[in-house]
Amino acid sequence: MNDLIYGIELTITGLLIGSMYSMVALGFVLIFKASSVFNFAQGAMTLFAALTLVGLIPMVGFWVALLLTVGVMGGVAVFAERAIFRPLVGAEPLVIFVATLGLAFILEGSAQIFWGTQPHGLKLGLPVEPLMIGGVFVSMPDFISALAAAFFVILLVLFFHKTRIGLGLRAIADDHVAAQSMGIQLRKVWTIVWVLAGIVALAAGMLWGARIGVHFAMSLIALKALPVLIIGGIESIPGAIVAGLIVGVAEALGEGFIGPLVGGGVQDIMAYLVALLFLMFRPYGLFGEEMIERV
Amino acid sequence: MAPVLRIEDVEVYYGGVIHVLKGVSLAVPEKGIVALLGANGAGKSTTLKAVSNLLRAERGEVARGTIEFLGRSVLKLDPADIVRLGIVQVLEGRRLFEHLTVEENLRAGAYAQTWGETVKSDLERVYEYFPALAERRELKAGYLSGGEQQMAAIGRAMMGRPKLILLDEPSMGLAPLLVKEIFQIVHRLNRDEDVAILLAEQNALMALSIVQYAYVMEGGRVVSEGRADALARDDTVRRFYLGMADHEEHQSYRKILEEKRAAAGMRNLRKRQSAGGSDDS
Repeated sequence: MNDLIYGIELTITGLLIGSMYSMVALGFVLIFKASSVFNFAQGAMTLFAALTLVGLIPMVGFWVALLLTVGVMGGVAVFAERAIFRPLVGAEPLVIFVATLGLAFILEGSAQIFWGTQPHGLKLGLPVEPLMIGGVFVSMPDFISALAAAFFVILLVLFFHKTRIGLGLRAIADDHVAAQSMGIQLRKVWTIVWVLAGIVALAAGMLWGARIGVHFAMSLIALKALPVLIIGGIESIPGAIVAGLIVGVAEALGEGFIGPLVGGGVQDIMAYLVALLFLMFRPYGLFGEEMIERV
Repeated sequence: MAPVLRIEDVEVYYGGVIHVLKGVSLAVPEKGIVALLGANGAGKSTTLKAVSNLLRAERGEVARGTIEFLGRSVLKLDPADIVRLGIVQVLEGRRLFEHLTVEENLRAGAYAQTWGETVKSDLERVYEYFPALAERRELKAGYLSGGEQQMAAIGRAMMGRPKLILLDEPSMGLAPLLVKEIFQIVHRLNRDEDVAILLAEQNALMALSIVQYAYVMEGGRVVSEGRADALARDDTVRRFYLGMADHEEHQSYRKILEEKRAAAGMRNLRKRQSAGGSDDS
């Protein structure tokens, strides 16, 4: 019985943390949908956003800092689209991928120049007393973070499916030449997507920053997003959500039940184990877009 | 009638080096329907893409010449602006958004329109033209049959309320009966919706049956043009395009023309000679 409650607690913790993995993965999905490119800079964008936010908070207070950071991320997005991706329209995806690598270095470098290399704490002032739900402990900050992540995800899904720009974006994802022949403005939609990816990066940076602190290792959460993308399917928003939850739960359960047997450290490999299984049996992921082939 | 589209002496290069169009001139009259005939690689698609300015996505560029739509140059315009002016291209190979539903595809076609009631009535109009699509509106477009995909592609173009549709190879990969059906719809579209159509097509016989005027392209040039009925009767066109070339299949159209001219020249020469001869006597 104790094991059961322990398992439930672990599962809930896993789901809550998983929702934050989903959040990070969403940034990748956005860019991938729009330009079929794995945006290597997403982790750096998350770091840059979080650092900018914690750097600004002591100067102007939380809310103004948040607004300013949204502005800064918008600026980064417009810069990235204008200076890097617009000249590369029609280039090989691999070329664009390398360009995102360059953008990652630019962002990490300028983050160091502006905000230094010191780690920072980020206090969002969330209540800390754990929730008790039917005899199960739930961490309050995790719960609130998960709510925030869920809110964001719902907004994004609505954006994709209920707005004109969302439709344009999905059209571009399928065939950008055909999309242009419909009068869909590639540049405008791309800029919007980069801005969105920047805002998602900020949200992820905030949630993770509040949990583990803001420091340079943060850009490595991109590595956590990778298995999430493999499991969910790299162009699928529902995929990113479900896969993020799966990874979170797998990590928590793995660490809780298998960890003690082998001396811990299971958490870090669980995501990759699950991803490996998917690569073997369902390589396009849970909700990834199968190549549609008519026979 | 004043042309809705006028192309003059257009030259196109791909990647700055490959000379694809070598001086193409043509015109589409207002509400007219004109065919651009020619074999694979003759430059038909490139001509259409030069108008819609989708060349850039393929690293192509108009190096010389003028392209005017309703008297206004569209050479430097963004593809999206060209759509807003009223030119919509139906790309070769349909190019539907496979993972979007049929209806989402059609809605995407109205992207450049202000969204609202007009989109709804336009959708109904498209479904009227293509009842098969109405039944499949919630299906992902990738699962449509080839003929339905072509219908959806044309319907999607209609959603943009164009004044001119650039229709690239609608017969591609379709059974003859379906081709006939599609061409009849295109004909009806031109007649009933007041939309001009520039049709690039390899299936010359089909195309000539619905257009008023046609241009024949080869090697990046227009090598012949004329009214559809005249071209359909023209021996050289028939010989080269309607599969009547028999053992001379590999001859180029221009070569045939040159031969014909040479033969005519010889005849004239002989005539003159015999006329001169008769003078002498």
